[in-house]
Amino acid sequence: MSNETASAARTLTLRILRHNPQDPASEPRWARYELEEYEGMTLFIALNEIRERFEPSLQFDFVCRAGICGSCGMVVNGRPGLACRTLTSTLPSEITLAPLPAFKLIGDLSVDTGQWMRGMSERLETWIHEQAETDLHALEERMEPELAEQIYELDRCIECGCCIAACGTARMREDFVGAVGLNKLARFRLDPHNARTDADLYELIGDDDGVFGCMTLLGCHDVCPKELPLQTQIAFLRRKMVTVS
Amino acid sequence: MKKSLLPARLDLAQSITGLVLAVFMAFHLIFDSSILLGAGAFAFVSGALECELFFGEKIPLITTAVVIVIFAIFIAHAGLAMRKFPQNAAQYRTMRSHMKEMRHGDTSLWWLQIWTGFAMFFLASVHLYIMMTQPQTIGPAGSAYRIVFEWKWPLYLVLTIAVVLHAAVGLYRLALKWGWFEGQNPNRRRKTLKKAVWIVTVVYLTMSLAALGAFIHIGLTGQDHFGNAVEGIAR
Repeated sequence: MSNETASAARTLTLRILRHNPQDPASEPRWARYELEEYEGMTLFIALNEIRERFEPSLQFDFVCRAGICGSCGMVVNGRPGLACRTLTSTLPSEITLAPLPAFKLIGDLSVDTGQWMRGMSERLETWIHEQAETDLHALEERMEPELAEQIYELDRCIECGCCIAACGTARMREDFVGAVGLNKLARFRLDPHNARTDADLYELIGDDDGVFGCMTLLGCHDVCPKELPLQTQIAFLRRKMVTVS
Repeated sequence: MKKSLLPARLDLAQSITGLVLAVFMAFHLIFDSSILLGAGAFAFVSGALECELFFGEKIPLITTAVVIVIFAIFIAHAGLAMRKFPQNAAQYRTMRSHMKEMRHGDTSLWWLQIWTGFAMFFLASVHLYIMMTQPQTIGPAGSAYRIVFEWKWPLYLVLTIAVVLHAAVGLYRLALKWGWFEGQNPNRRRKTLKKAVWIVTVVYLTMSLAALGAFIHIGLTGQDHFGNAVEGIAR
């Protein structure tokens, strides 16, 4: 009997941390739901089934259902991950779900990562800083395909917030920029359109809220649903920022 | 106003002092473990390190000078590393619950470093101060006497475990922190490095604890484990 067939027969128990901060009477509590597992079931499917069959008020986020939008990040059995990318067959029959910490709770499993990401983006100015005005009528400057691929590799970040929730430093120190911010700077540093120097980047991340705050716990690297090379990018930025000093 | 360069320098200094201490300990524990080859071997090594071969007699001042330098680096490293400790009860609680929930290897290794480092603030300071002020007592008899009759064995037992774990994990984390030995496949290399950490830990712990046992044997019996008499152990 294959593992998938074996797991299809299971009854899953989902323990979900429920709380509505908009309701003054709401207290955080664990709610239990039981579901029959079937082949190919993801946490996203399971949550929809719970909402349809048992609990219409259950709040959780999703858009793409394909690991692209980064909306369905949550803590699954203690580890951050995407609900849509997590097959229930990879988990034990009792599954605990909680909202991502470090972000503003909207309700139940839904958090506002957007507010945090916007703050980080504005602080690090995560966009191309050009020296000259862009001529929209001119052909874009050429780039080697290898370089474009390197940039694309880092550009795959979907800002799901899993790296922040998995980071001990970010959990302890809320001003820490986290792997998502450092990865973005590494991405723009590669870009030939970008005019910012390492000295400019030092002004943004050359302190304990930036790259020197990273304690190399590597929770970010190990939970990233897009498997971004966060470990090597943070080490690279650290070397560059020390060279600036 | 330009951002201070101090954070970069402190981060680098923490790594350099840690690296120096880890390398020092790697040699220190090997020299200590020469007792496993017998009292004569340890006497030769301790004599050689104090330039006995060159001057015809041991120069304990050399040990004092080396310990002063190591003590200074140790204090600097402790001070620099403390910056990363949880700074208040809320941070401590958050980190502890985060670690328990995540069950993530490298996060737990960091926690281990915090506690082994904290223990060494006290244990290593006692050891360093004694070595700095009484270098003339280092030798098969003097060291065995200190370990058994001056009750240093409990201190050395805990200190040995703490320092081996702290140094091995520290070297692994240092490599990842600065991106050393990443190779073509950093994920695979990380697994290899982690395996190396545990091999180094087991080898050094076995060797160092056996050496501690050998000193205790000398203290209790007046002879090394090969049966050679060790003179000068008087209660």
